[in-house]
Amino acid sequence: MGPVLAGVLQLIALIGALALAYIPLGNYMAKVYSSRGHLRVEKWIYKAIGADPDTEMTWPAYLRGVLAFSAVSVLFLYLLQRLQGVLPGSLHFSAVNPAQSFNTAVSFVTNTNWQSYYGEQTMGHVVQTAGLAVQNFVSAAVGIAVAVALVRGFARSRTGELGNFWADLVRGTLRILVPGAAIAAVILVACGAIQNFSGIHEVGQFMGGSQQWNGGAVASQEAIKELGTNGGGYFNANSAHPFENPTPFTNLFEIFLILVIPFSLTRTFGVMVGSVKQGYAILATMFTIWLGFTALMMWTEFAHHGPALQAAGGAMEGKEVRFGVGGSSIFAVATTLTSTGAVDSFHSSFTGLGGGITMLSMMLGEITPGGTGSGLYGILIMAVIAVFIAGLMVGRTPEYLGKKIGGREMKLAACYILITPALVLVFTAASMALSTPPHSMLNSGAHGFSEVLYAFTSASNNNGSAFAGLNANTDWYNTMTGLAMLLGRFLPMVFVLALAGSLAEQKPVPVTAGTLRTEKPLFTGLLVGAILIITGLTYFPALALGPLAEGLAS
Amino acid sequence: MTTDIKKQEDSMSTPTLAPHQDAPTGHKPDEGRVGAGLFEPRQLLKSLPEACRKLDPRVMVKSPVMFVVWIGSVLTTVFSFQHPGDWFGWTISAWLWLTVIFANLAEAVAEGRGKAQADTLRKAKTDTVARRLLADGSEEQVPGTALTIGDLVVCEAGDVIPGDGDVVEGVASVDESAITGESAPVIRESGGDRSAVTGGTKVLSDRIVIKITTKPGETFIDRMINLVEGAARQKTPNEIALNILLASLTIVFLLAVATLPPFADFAFKNVGSHEHLTMVVLVALLVCLIPTTIGALLSAIGIAGMDRLVQRNVLAMSGRAVEAAGDVSTLLLDKTGTITLGNRQAAEFVPVKGTTEAEVADAAQLSSLADETPEGRSIVVLAKEKYGLRERHQGELAGAEWIEFTAQTRMSGVDVDGRKIRKGATASVIAWVEEQGGTVAEDADGMANRISEAGGTPLLVAVHDDEGARVLGVIHLKDVVKEGMRERFEELRRMGIKTVMITGDNPLTAKAIAEEAGVDDLLAEATPEDKMALIKREQAGGKLVAMTGDGTNDAPALAQADVGVAMNTGTSAAKEAGNMVDLDSNPTKLIEIVEIGKQLLITRGALTTFSIANDVAKYFAIIPALFAAVYPGLDKLNIMHLSSPDSAILSAVVFNALIIIALVPLSLKGVRYRPMSADKMLRRNLGIYGIGGLVAPFIGIKIIDMLISLIPGIGR
Repeated sequence: MGPVLAGVLQLIALIGALALAYIPLGNYMAKVYSSRGHLRVEKWIYKAIGADPDTEMTWPAYLRGVLAFSAVSVLFLYLLQRLQGVLPGSLHFSAVNPAQSFNTAVSFVTNTNWQSYYGEQTMGHVVQTAGLAVQNFVSAAVGIAVAVALVRGFARSRTGELGNFWADLVRGTLRILVPGAAIAAVILVACGAIQNFSGIHEVGQFMGGSQQWNGGAVASQEAIKELGTNGGGYFNANSAHPFENPTPFTNLFEIFLILVIPFSLTRTFGVMVGSVKQGYAILATMFTIWLGFTALMMWTEFAHHGPALQAAGGAMEGKEVRFGVGGSSIFAVATTLTSTGAVDSFHSSFTGLGGGITMLSMMLGEITPGGTGSGLYGILIMAVIAVFIAGLMVGRTPEYLGKKIGGREMKLAACYILITPALVLVFTAASMALSTPPHSMLNSGAHGFSEVLYAFTSASNNNGSAFAGLNANTDWYNTMTGLAMLLGRFLPMVFVLALAGSLAEQKPVPVTAGTLRTEKPLFTGLLVGAILIITGLTYFPALALGPLAEGLAS
Repeated sequence: MTTDIKKQEDSMSTPTLAPHQDAPTGHKPDEGRVGAGLFEPRQLLKSLPEACRKLDPRVMVKSPVMFVVWIGSVLTTVFSFQHPGDWFGWTISAWLWLTVIFANLAEAVAEGRGKAQADTLRKAKTDTVARRLLADGSEEQVPGTALTIGDLVVCEAGDVIPGDGDVVEGVASVDESAITGESAPVIRESGGDRSAVTGGTKVLSDRIVIKITTKPGETFIDRMINLVEGAARQKTPNEIALNILLASLTIVFLLAVATLPPFADFAFKNVGSHEHLTMVVLVALLVCLIPTTIGALLSAIGIAGMDRLVQRNVLAMSGRAVEAAGDVSTLLLDKTGTITLGNRQAAEFVPVKGTTEAEVADAAQLSSLADETPEGRSIVVLAKEKYGLRERHQGELAGAEWIEFTAQTRMSGVDVDGRKIRKGATASVIAWVEEQGGTVAEDADGMANRISEAGGTPLLVAVHDDEGARVLGVIHLKDVVKEGMRERFEELRRMGIKTVMITGDNPLTAKAIAEEAGVDDLLAEATPEDKMALIKREQAGGKLVAMTGDGTNDAPALAQADVGVAMNTGTSAAKEAGNMVDLDSNPTKLIEIVEIGKQLLITRGALTTFSIANDVAKYFAIIPALFAAVYPGLDKLNIMHLSSPDSAILSAVVFNALIIIALVPLSLKGVRYRPMSADKMLRRNLGIYGIGGLVAPFIGIKIIDMLISLIPGIGR
């Protein structure tokens, strides 16, 4: 079996598995966020944090919940790292420095999981498991909660109420992510990923010399790292490390975990707004772009130029032999099109165009299918923009799901789409214009520029993957990527929730033959076009000077 | 039955309505019904001075996109003064200024067309002298501008009415051609629904006393002038939302361009070059990327939309109303005049036992020759068409004594050759027959009842000859649905608009007509309260409602409706309450108003799509031009094979400017609109303006580049 065929078969198997999970998982999540009852353990939690899960919140209240919870989380993670030296189970690692602690705290709370540290050389068991792994669950749950609030905004009318943030947060964590990650962890352990609390092993190397191997609760963290589209690896090598991702099967399984919630949330959306067809239209949009990018990536990576690449059967530099070009390409697109950022291969070593695809994937705004929750709310904002333009073309004031898109809605949606381009471009430009930050680049020319562009694209879009080569552990990059992550995560949430509130107050417009049918393939095509064109136009100059210059040079 | 007869009287006594120009009959299926306003290239030239006046930054700032271009033009001009030898900077500056001027030109042309109409209106608003009636019954002469609300003024034949008001005394025929363009005079009388008069119109006969209801300067004609001139123009909600989108796109591109210099410096340094991107190049790139096409044409589109209504003699009091018209999902249509012709028409002759249809027809025709009402005419015509009875004229029958129809007798007829023939309202004819000593055939009453139950109006035909007085038969008068209405409603249904017929008729009558016309729903025996309730019910369901009305009791409903079109013949209360006035007083126009509203939104959407799609080609022109020298691989993006970097940038800028002028006619006329489902419409417009917008600039820029490269020193 040739490597190309193997890649295609893996892709087909992946699509089959995602299709099987779509309806049951989507329906289950809709049930979770619509249920009225509470589990006993949930009641304990509500009591402990002093929240009443049955009160409805307006959008400012919901937003306050999101921000307060996240602020406390950042502070807790920061202190945990700063105090690592005096905590038990720290494997004798000392406190993490302030800039890096800030960066890492923000990184995990914002679901970005950008890592400017080497996991196995910086963090002990306590920080990894009690700090980072916990955030892997709750930051994902926050994302889904905000998405569900927006969906309620579409589904409800003549009310400002969007549900209860604490209930959504707790339910998402306990009823969806914990059981899902538990099952996934067992499967990963069964396939060879490690799960222990042992210390550092000194291991002699085959070629002489020695190497340090850490133990740890790796499989459990790996499971939620992918399922919650987090991406922060236990080890620096991330999912390329055999303890995290030992076999081609676990590789495919991890890709499945990355994609399953973002895709299935479109079903949840469809069920909650009372039209599964609307969910299918959004799914089709996500799927089209994801499949297209995956195919493009496999093509650029298999289309080998030069004798060395031909001998390897594709661009194998920076890729694990056990995953091959196919498995690595599928993983790279999945991890960058969702806000995951886990890597099983090094994106900087991809072909010039391949590296460009990973960047463009993030630049789309992490919406096809995007992060857990953030993907859904992001694409719904794009749908609002697309509906606005298309709606005019059918001769009506634009409306989506029965809600009118007027000045206020447009203002909020416009602010949302402005944020990440502004962050990416301004931070990158500042890094290029100042004298010191460019010193972090390993390479010169287009590739060096790509390293910086990639870093801020990844941080602002809350992806977290890195284009190896850039030394990001400097005060400048730790602080600036930290800010990019914070602003890139929470400013959009402000506008999403404000939009949700505005939509929930409206009375619905009934559907007539004059209504733009947003569940039809035509609209899906329009939405795909709008996403690609708007992103393409925003980043074309930057991409031209980075990956395009490099990729078209050959 | 009495109510039916009363209705017949009503319709017989109101023949003064302006003749309806029935739009459906003149509608060719292949053409967009919402037609084009004329556009002449000469208008561009005429508006040029106004376009230059608009270069004032205080005016420019109202359009954020074009204001950015304006700033860019200033920057490149300053740059060119600093580098006077750089022909490229001068050329780009010139074309950027042209871009701004072209945008202003579009707006000026749109406004100019309104100005022409305003001038015509101003002629009507000559300074009038009013004859104010004093409390003691004497008159004083005051200028029209000195009148206040509540003043009573007298107007006699030949006087120009000095201000808006209601007739409180007398009847007069009035020439309203100054505002409606309709030369046939209309009747204005005190009381009732035809009491409103408009300042600037002329009394042709008789004497009326008018109570002034509007302050000078705020009269209908003043408001009309303001509206068509665009002085009262405010941005509509959708325009605001679109402006927000355009502004945010502008910011995105501003970011993309403003962050480019550090990226470029790094790239240049990499190959050992100390080059920088010049201000001119950056501004050129920015102007090409921001949505200038739609930004330039947006306000022209809005003004032209109002103008299209004015051309159809409809005055929209706000742009908001025009926009709302596009969103309407329920149309309330008055039966009479909108769905049916204003008058009932004879449909058949039904003989009583012992007579024949032909006999009835003959008697009916003879007795109707003296009936000049439309109903009477229709009887004569039916007899001619169906029974071959030649239309006889009153003079042909010697010695005939004609009995004219009057509202009091409710009968008409003729006495000739010893025969007395009468036709008229059932009760009147029965009374006549009995008075003549005859008997009424038993089945006559039953037939009449059946006709009224089926929604028609029965008229009896009777004769008194040597066989005595007796009823011959019944004439069936029917509401006649206007030609083409069924198809029209079918179209509306496809557009997703529900039609509701409003009528004072009983439910049975109403249902028969509703079925024949093909409306979706009906409201029979409608009172103003019922109408109001219906509107509120529809609105509660999220629907936008449009209606027409003319009476004072329509005013609350007109105010409640999202689009309320008042007939110009209506009362001032109705005109005040509605947000549009139809000067032709043609209720069918409501449908056209909806189409114009839709066309306005479609034009905006289409040009926005076109504008955004255009950017793709511009990148392919400019990016390789800027960076192919540093990264030769980028020359592969130069898929248009433009001759040189300078020419590539210039071609993109020139295309960007010319496309504005090229699209001025489209923005004034509006994109072609035909009623069809939303899906089909989207597919069509996406095809034309989306795909077209992607492809057109590739071709356009290439052609301009080929022309530019002919200039020595620019091409490679």
